[in-house]
Amino acid sequence: MIHSVLTLGSGSKPMFTNPAIESFKSFVNQISVPEFSLPIFSVLFILMMVYYRKWTRPVVSLAILVVFCVFYFGSMLIDHNYLLIIQKPDNVPITIMLLSMMLCLWMAFRNAAINDACLEVGQPLPDADREDKVLVWPDLVYTEMICMILVSVILVVWSVMLRAPLESPANPAGPPNPSKAPWYFLGLQEMLVYFDPWIAGVILPGLIVTGLIVMPFIDTNPKGNGYYTVKQRPFAISVWMFGFLILWVVLIVFGTFLRGPNWNFFGPYEYWDSHLQVPLTNINLSDYFWIFGLGKALPTNPFMREFLGIIFMAFWILVLPVILAKTVMRRLFENMGSMRFYIMAFHLVILAILPVKMVLRWVFTLKYFVYLPEYNLNI
Amino acid sequence: MLNYIRSTQAWNSIFRHGIPRDRRTRVMAVMSNLFLHLHPVAVRKSGIRLSFTWCMGGLTFFLFLAETISGVLLMFYYRPVPEYAYADIIGLRAHVTLGLLREIHRWGAHAMIIAIWLHMMRVFLTGSYKPPREFNWGVGVILLVLTMLMSFTGYLLPWDQLAVWAITVGSNMGKATPFMGMAGPFTDMLLLPGGVPLVTVKSDAAYLLLAGTSVGENALMRFYVLHCIALPLVLAVLIAIHFWRIRKDGGISGPM
Ligand code: HEM
Repeated sequence: MIHSVLTLGSGSKPMFTNPAIESFKSFVNQISVPEFSLPIFSVLFILMMVYYRKWTRPVVSLAILVVFCVFYFGSMLIDHNYLLIIQKPDNVPITIMLLSMMLCLWMAFRNAAINDACLEVGQPLPDADREDKVLVWPDLVYTEMICMILVSVILVVWSVMLRAPLESPANPAGPPNPSKAPWYFLGLQEMLVYFDPWIAGVILPGLIVTGLIVMPFIDTNPKGNGYYTVKQRPFAISVWMFGFLILWVVLIVFGTFLRGPNWNFFGPYEYWDSHLQVPLTNINLSDYFWIFGLGKALPTNPFMREFLGIIFMAFWILVLPVILAKTVMRRLFENMGSMRFYIMAFHLVILAILPVKMVLRWVFTLKYFVYLPEYNLNI
Repeated sequence: MLNYIRSTQAWNSIFRHGIPRDRRTRVMAVMSNLFLHLHPVAVRKSGIRLSFTWCMGGLTFFLFLAETISGVLLMFYYRPVPEYAYADIIGLRAHVTLGLLREIHRWGAHAMIIAIWLHMMRVFLTGSYKPPREFNWGVGVILLVLTMLMSFTGYLLPWDQLAVWAITVGSNMGKATPFMGMAGPFTDMLLLPGGVPLVTVKSDAAYLLLAGTSVGENALMRFYVLHCIALPLVLAVLIAIHFWRIRKDGGISGPM
């Protein structure tokens, strides 16, 4: 059924081609490299946070959804490589995630816009009906049952249409190229481009978990408990949603759709060429300092060699939180108390080092701040 | 006929109330049923609006149940040893009536991950982690980790190229754990008296996970037991705590 519609364009030629489409495709391929597209996504994110009252209006959001779907699904008709990626059974969850996430984001920010409008003029929230109780049977039980039936139907239809993937039997000697972790971990695998496994695979997930657990204790803002709002807790929402949407969800999409053989980056309409060799020209901070800056050889003592990076990291993790507490975040510091503030600031600066290192990589091809292979310690 | 059934002693011994038509019988319907009485008898209207909770916690739970049922059925057919694992998966597709089990189990697992993320996002955006629900948020975070681990351990079981190498990518991270992984920072510095290394390839973090230095038959058995027994048990207990606490913390959050 739908599957046969999808496979319409799956000859090795796309359904539509013409010069205009080709130049559109190469344009998209060019801007989709991380150094362009991640800043673009970040700007979109800021627009989303600032103009949430505008884009959540039903007409506007419907238009956004239509445009998104035209590009997302329409691209299957104009490009064969894209079609292959989108159709891969294990990638279908990503599409479902993106669509359901957009729906949920809309509901959340729409409610926030309505609530914030009420809060501004001091009206009670539409939901402030503490005493207005309904019986669980039938109101809740029926809703739950309908949800259950709906999801069961979706699941069965999904299962009938798409076979669970099964590749050739395990062969311990022959890794597929690319070797990818399950899709929900691809954000972390994408981080491997910028950080060593001990950071991307151990420290980062660890800090995500501890950060989430301590969150209720460090967010002392009593407002916005039990209703959607942006205005009453802009800091918490911006930081958390940036981490979740950009550094988690967008990176998953990159890792699934745009990372091909040898973990090279390919635009959405690009052929996954497994022979493509991308020369690694990244340079350590210590090389920059000693060789390019001073024109000397690298010192033999590793700590001497890496002193600049070590100082930078110490500054970033130990001193920067103190500076923040004394300057831009003074109010926050006074409200939270030092213990809460420093736990928060620790997680915040580590979160911030991710985009910082990405930008330095793109602009200066920086490889490591600290390069101590003697201790397997590269940052 | 229906009326006759409803008047039998057997029926009345199961359902101790009339048809839930009026307030009293509706309250009874929820209170006298083990499963329904996870709920309070009455809730605030705003709390159950679909655009408030998106029903996502409930869906996560429902998908957990669907995974449990389809998973038990899969266990009838699957043997967790390299000789048979892959063949059993092929056989499931070819020979088992209604050969959708694997599909439902796999897509359901993906759906559960999506649902749990969205559930967490809604709890965050409604600020429902704030007092008095700090603890339940913490329970939720552990549930999130366990759910991802469930998915991760299950990914290995088909024993195909996708499975083995995805798990290899994942467990290579374990090798990089500071102090505990062979390739991790500082591990070389841990020495026993006499200069013997404390952590070796046979005692590092990845070895603990895989029961071997690479993804092999021991890893398959280990992941199988984790996936089918250990993790689901812990998950079930924590879900019970999660639900219990929702009620103890005053039900679904709402504006004051
Ligand atoms: C197996 C996974 C989980 C299941 C089955 C589950 C189930 C539920 C259900 C049914 C509710 C009732 C309200 C609703 O549907 O939104 C709920 C509420 C809640 N959940 Fe979860 N949940 C899970 C994971 C999580 C996670 C990952 C978090 C957060 C990190 C979390 C935090 C909470 C909190 C704080 C509440 C109370 C919200 C309120 O009162 O408004 N849960 N959960």
